[in-house]
Amino acid sequence: MKLPAFDYACPRTLEEATALLAEACGDAKVIAGGQSLLPFMAFRLAAPGLLVDLRKIAGLTGIEVGDEEIRLGAMVRWRDILDSAALAHALPLLPAAIGHVAHYQIRNRGTLGGSLAHADPASEFPCIAVLCGASVDVVGAGGRRTLPAGDLIAGPMETTLGDDEIIVAVRFPRWPEGRRWAFDEFALRHGDLAIAAVAACYDMDGPHIANARVAVMGATDTPQRVPEAEDALNGRAPGDDTFGTAAEAASAAIEPTEDLHAGAAYRRALVGTLLRRGLRASCTRQREAAE
Amino acid sequence: MNTPNTYIGGHVERVEDARFLRGAGRYIDDVTREGLLHACVVRSAVAHGRLLSIDAEEALAMPGVHAVLTAADVAGEIPTIPFRRPNPKIGPYAQPVIARDRVRYFGEPVALVVADSPELAEDAAELVLPEIEPLPAVVTRAASLAADPLLFPGTTEDNVAAVFTATRGDAEAAFAAAALVVGDSFSTQRQTALPLETRGLLAEWDADAQHLTMHGAAKLPFFNRRAMARMMDLPETSVDYVEHDVGGGFGARGEFYPEDFLVALAARTTGRPVKWVEDRREHFAAIAHAREAEAQVELALDASGRILGLRGEMFMNVGAYVRPNGMTPVRNCAQFMSGPYRVPNIALQATALVANKTPAGTFRGPGRYEGSFFIERLLDMAAAQLGLDRRTIREVNLLTNAEMPHPLAQIRPSDGSRAETSCDSGEYAEAFHRCLQAFDWEEKVRLDGRLIDGRYHGIAVSCFIEGGASGPAETARMRVAEDGGVEVYVGSSAIGQGLETVMAQIAADTLGLPMERIRVFHGSTTYLAEGWGSYGSRATVMGGNAVREAGLALLERFRALAAGRLGVGEGEVSVVGLQAVGPDGVVLELADIAAEGLASEAKFLNSDATYTNGTAAVHVAVDPETGRVEVLDYVVCDEVGRIVNALTLHGQVTGAAVQGFGSVFGEELPYGDDGALLVGTLADYLVPLATDYPRVRCLSLESYPSPTNPLGAKGAGEGGIIPVGGAVANAVASALRTFGVAPNHLPLSPARVWALLNPSE
Repeated sequence: MKLPAFDYACPRTLEEATALLAEACGDAKVIAGGQSLLPFMAFRLAAPGLLVDLRKIAGLTGIEVGDEEIRLGAMVRWRDILDSAALAHALPLLPAAIGHVAHYQIRNRGTLGGSLAHADPASEFPCIAVLCGASVDVVGAGGRRTLPAGDLIAGPMETTLGDDEIIVAVRFPRWPEGRRWAFDEFALRHGDLAIAAVAACYDMDGPHIANARVAVMGATDTPQRVPEAEDALNGRAPGDDTFGTAAEAASAAIEPTEDLHAGAAYRRALVGTLLRRGLRASCTRQREAAE
Repeated sequence: MNTPNTYIGGHVERVEDARFLRGAGRYIDDVTREGLLHACVVRSAVAHGRLLSIDAEEALAMPGVHAVLTAADVAGEIPTIPFRRPNPKIGPYAQPVIARDRVRYFGEPVALVVADSPELAEDAAELVLPEIEPLPAVVTRAASLAADPLLFPGTTEDNVAAVFTATRGDAEAAFAAAALVVGDSFSTQRQTALPLETRGLLAEWDADAQHLTMHGAAKLPFFNRRAMARMMDLPETSVDYVEHDVGGGFGARGEFYPEDFLVALAARTTGRPVKWVEDRREHFAAIAHAREAEAQVELALDASGRILGLRGEMFMNVGAYVRPNGMTPVRNCAQFMSGPYRVPNIALQATALVANKTPAGTFRGPGRYEGSFFIERLLDMAAAQLGLDRRTIREVNLLTNAEMPHPLAQIRPSDGSRAETSCDSGEYAEAFHRCLQAFDWEEKVRLDGRLIDGRYHGIAVSCFIEGGASGPAETARMRVAEDGGVEVYVGSSAIGQGLETVMAQIAADTLGLPMERIRVFHGSTTYLAEGWGSYGSRATVMGGNAVREAGLALLERFRALAAGRLGVGEGEVSVVGLQAVGPDGVVLELADIAAEGLASEAKFLNSDATYTNGTAAVHVAVDPETGRVEVLDYVVCDEVGRIVNALTLHGQVTGAAVQGFGSVFGEELPYGDDGALLVGTLADYLVPLATDYPRVRCLSLESYPSPTNPLGAKGAGEGGIIPVGGAVANAVASALRTFGVAPNHLPLSPARVWALLNPSE
């Protein structure tokens, strides 16, 4: 569990960083907080010849809540998200989900760019990015591009990033006033990887749910939207019946993963339970806010 | 003893803690030497196979690599690790210190790389290529019993390491006469003790003096010194085991492991000091496992709930070899399943099966935790069938002080200790009632089985005994230093239990000195000619009494020297604390005499076990949709004969209880069909976190001193873990009574509890 030997570079510009990555032809890894990469290297599941540290590159931090969108720099740490009063107001779902990330020390170092690039199916940030239709800004040796978060994640621990590409920011569209949201997660201990988690948001069109979005993580091999559950919500009045139907739809729709701690049937059931509970809490929260 | 001191029995804060809290502890990885080399163990990735060859050429060619040791570097027969408790059958199953032509478990050492740094050693270890022809792996009880394949073909005819029987009275007759017989199958999962500091060793070979020093001792340095001396063909006095601070033992750490020999061999071969510090991944595969037991057991009762008999069979999967204490849990499970209850007729059989898994050893409450889970489940099942209160069925069967000494089941074959043993003292219902009173059973029982805010509440109670004071002896030595302080040397080891504090309390009270004057040295073979160590909840009883006897001897010696100096008879001198007072009121200070060599030695002999008894009560809430069980309250009351230090005692009990929660809810070492260990990190091996459980409420009683030793103390380091499985499983069963579930198989992970409620899924 000792790190294999590697070279280390700490460039000051994105140009330098992408050039180093391009030069290494796949034998380099970007390091931000190191909370996933270093354990991987210690277990020798990864042995990159070069680590390119982003810590001295300007412009990768900061949370900007604009009128149209919220921009989060790739080096924003979990701690920054949890401490942001602006985010708590503009996108409360995000800090609610990030509160489930690991432990104090890890939240002080782990970054959202690192989490996206690692693409662990049990990670909260990619799930919220997928749910909210966030855009990911990426810079490579050949220039910049922007892609939807859902297109970035190719599979478990797998992205569509090129060898020379670095995530620089994630942009979330602003929410309309009054959007309701849900997040619930089941882990064996607080901070452990999610066995299953669900995230949802919806608007109210009169007495009916509209623009419903539901996403699942932890229980599936990638964070993913669940259209069947969204259909079960849209156009219906919020309440136990609707939520129960949506929960059943979500349970039925997903293809659950299996591991040491949970089988597929258990994960399937958990997804339904969590969605039902989360949606119910979204109404309670609304009522409490109104009072 | 008439002294002004009353440290014993007080809430004395641990003298060790200032050192630890300031980061001034010195653990094995803090120890370094000039010219130090680092070792990395190459382990088999195949659970069972023929080891054909090992190609170390590429590794040896790496700059900075000094040696790659394999079985070929061991002269003659490969030494095997000796048993601490030999019995006639286990001989062939002793573990060789390195695999030569066959590997038998995932993680078995096949080579040792020695290099300039630990990183380099690990790099080189990746290049060492053992060629292993795989054989089918024996993983399950059925495969082991089928002897297909044999682990030791040509040597043994089956995969059975030993069969222990525990007998008392006439079980068959008792069952024939019973009003009720309840029985079922139960199991506890394979896990490990998980000291947070992994193991580590630093070996120094002095070629000129032909002397080997092993740093990193824990638990039993003197036994390991003997074992090492034999393997290295050295006189015992040419080997020392030195203890530094130790981050937890729990039975697993400190036994003689293959690495002891390999690291010593590396130092002797290279002529340089060699250090090896286990990493967490290899820790899971290398340190002793525990608890993998299956049982089919039955209890016979009369209509009033009195136990008439206990019978059945158990199978323990002890892994690929029998380790020095590998049979202890097997024997204990059979001998102590009756626990604190009056069970007049017993016929139990416990079979130790070998399989292609990491060899097992002891883990806090070995065999006792398993056996307690089995009988406590049976008692609740019996109470339900007889329509009895779950308290009543225990109360009528708890032993009384009038029955002491109460002989437990006789165990065969004898392994040199406790073939026959008896509970020593105690009115077991007292701790039971105190526990239930503190728990407020009368109030909480109203919640039992009820659904409140989406969760089912359940309560349960379990009783236990804990064997302590493992014999036969312990040693201590005292010396008055030039500054008037007293140096206390004891054969016991410090494994995190507060030994320095407890020994200083006992020494200070015996001598009538302030604790600050006492300096405790422990756990190293350099301090005493012989000694035993810390295991089987023995240090306070055995080491404590040795210290007491050494203290009394020191006082006598002080009196004699003072009488000589004063020219009067010994009877004319009285010793009070630091001073000897002669007939004319002449006073001699301890420090005055120190220059004459004021010292003493003592060996405390005792082969009778002490038996702490106690009761635990638990309140849980079960989420039927997720299967999560939350522990809402946990109370444990134990009767320990004599409380030496209430703080360290409650630290032990709380720690043990929480460790038990880990056992019940999460910790598991699963294996694949091919014998690969599927867990290698603390992300998958779910130990309890400090925030996971409520405060454990501890009460301790000292109404019935143990008659086995002058202090009257009883070992109490393990009892806290023993009742946890039974208590929690019974509380879950009680919570979910409307579903008729039987939580008979641990762990009760959320997925398992959910599966109990959703059997069709």
